[in-house]
Amino acid sequence: MINKNLVIYLSILIFGLAAPFIFPAFKVQLSILCVLIILAMTWNIQGGEMGYNSFGNILFYGLGMYLCASVQVGMFFPLAEWTESGGEKTFVHTPAQFFQGFGVGLAVAAVVPAIVAGLIGYSILGLRGHYFAICTLGLGVAAGEISGGIEIIGAGQGFTTPPFPDFGGLEARGEFFYFCSFISLVLTFIVVKSIYSTRFKLVLNAIRDNEDKAEAMGIQTMKYKIIGWMISAFFCGLAGGIMGGLVGYIDSTDVAFDGREMGVFMVLMAILGGKGTLWGPIIGASVFHIFKEGFWTFFLGWQYVALGVLIVVIVIYFPEGIMGWLREKYPERFGEVVDEADRKAQVELK
Amino acid sequence: MDFMVFQYPMISIQACLDGILLGILFALIAYGMALQWGVMNIINIAQGDLVILGGYIAYFMYLYGIHPAWGVIVSPIIMYFVGVGLYKLVINKVVDRDLFISILATFGISILFMQLMNFAFGADVVLANSGYGTTFLFDSNVVLPNSKIFSAFVSIVFAICLVIYMKKSKLGRAIRATAQNSRAAKILGVDTEKVYAATFGINAALCGVAGALISITFTIHPYMGLPYTIRSFMIVIVAGLGNLPGVALSGMGLGVFEEFADYILGTEFRIGSVFLLLVLILVYRRFKLSKKREYLK
Repeated sequence: MINKNLVIYLSILIFGLAAPFIFPAFKVQLSILCVLIILAMTWNIQGGEMGYNSFGNILFYGLGMYLCASVQVGMFFPLAEWTESGGEKTFVHTPAQFFQGFGVGLAVAAVVPAIVAGLIGYSILGLRGHYFAICTLGLGVAAGEISGGIEIIGAGQGFTTPPFPDFGGLEARGEFFYFCSFISLVLTFIVVKSIYSTRFKLVLNAIRDNEDKAEAMGIQTMKYKIIGWMISAFFCGLAGGIMGGLVGYIDSTDVAFDGREMGVFMVLMAILGGKGTLWGPIIGASVFHIFKEGFWTFFLGWQYVALGVLIVVIVIYFPEGIMGWLREKYPERFGEVVDEADRKAQVELK
Repeated sequence: MDFMVFQYPMISIQACLDGILLGILFALIAYGMALQWGVMNIINIAQGDLVILGGYIAYFMYLYGIHPAWGVIVSPIIMYFVGVGLYKLVINKVVDRDLFISILATFGISILFMQLMNFAFGADVVLANSGYGTTFLFDSNVVLPNSKIFSAFVSIVFAICLVIYMKKSKLGRAIRATAQNSRAAKILGVDTEKVYAATFGINAALCGVAGALISITFTIHPYMGLPYTIRSFMIVIVAGLGNLPGVALSGMGLGVFEEFADYILGTEFRIGSVFLLLVLILVYRRFKLSKKREYLK
């Protein structure tokens, strides 16, 4: 069994490493796919496993995006002048400066959102159910509105991230960002998989199933909730930092704190794939990305209409997701002993 | 940061009056939200988009030469049917489910409405000019557009009518019975499905009234819905479900807060401050309840 898993993982890894050379035209799309998978997986940590459905993880994503770009610029040049000059570049990063800045920026972009999550976690995670959902929705939108009023990061007119240094052209840029996002994805996967195989995941599931009982059993639920959210925020920020460099332009409400796109996408992808499973968000994100690209290309202008319909349809008719559907269909594959009456009872309870 | 507002009392009075008149409108929207939340136990994120849609109905009447104030009558009638249609299509499938499902589903409806309105009416900021003129108070130091006074008056009239309707009519009694205990109401012969549809329709109609008034008083734009949803949600959680004087008071309080935030922090932070206030209120209530080892339900 272990060997079989190893073969699967290795083949995915090799495919991932070779993908930009097999499909050179889709490098940017593949990088975005990696970012989307990271977002779906991080959302799934507290949304799926912990039962805390957040609309506000976009906060960490946007924060990471702004931080990464600001650090990358601010390390070498005055930030205010950079944003003021807008599209016209008065300063140019040398390759060494660019990569050094990007590396430090990514580290900051990952660590600071995690700290922020830890700081606000104690207050926000005390809310439950829909209050938590609405509160985080408010946080995400507030962050977008407020960052749109701050001059030093470009306010309403946006913030151009440092352009990729002048070697290798577009090809090198695509490969660089692809490998950045792919390595982050592998890192996220390893971390998430390893925490899912420990007691930590069981605690999260206990919180999801019945928080009061979990607390009565002597689990310090608040501690675990905060840690769960911090892990989620860490990788969310990382994904945001990479996406900022990839897009090349940061706008407060349309790119960074884009609750209408990314903020909903991450929830939708996790639900589409199946909440509370390891592979669900990955499958969901892949299916969603392919579907979305098709729609965005062929129904240009109608994409939000399609998105709205898609959300309603998925949520109402498909809340279990692809993994839930597979589980229903082939329970043996998931190592379950099929007891029809028991399964029925479980479905009824939900 | 600009503290002019505290140095000149006239600006404070202006902000207070503006805020109160605005807050009465918010309270009307929040009343609809409290109604459907209490009866159907769903949170409607598309509330604000229903408001904007109602506003566009009044705006189109204005474009075709009818005085937009008539929108206060026409818009709720149209919106009632929109609400019932929406209920039959989507909402009836989320009524008995988890609240998160209803939030996400109505979020989808909200995105759908936003984009459809953007296609149908364009992305311009529009307003329906009522031509009501303005009132000057305190030696012309305080300027109040008559349309604001009109809108506050109309909202109060509609709210009072609705309260009386809920108390006296048969449907109103059925709605209240369903809110108390839907199963018991069903056993006693109330067609809860119809009650739910009517509740959502009434909610949409209230949104229609508020939207028509907003299109007269302020401006409307396809993407402006979400702040109205958040405001009404905030008013409802501050006041509590089924506490009408509380809804009115907290609505006015929110209006005044917004006007002051507008003066002090600047217009660009206005919406942001509303959303932050929501977070702060929720966190405050959470800490207050956690002393008793309880949580918001």
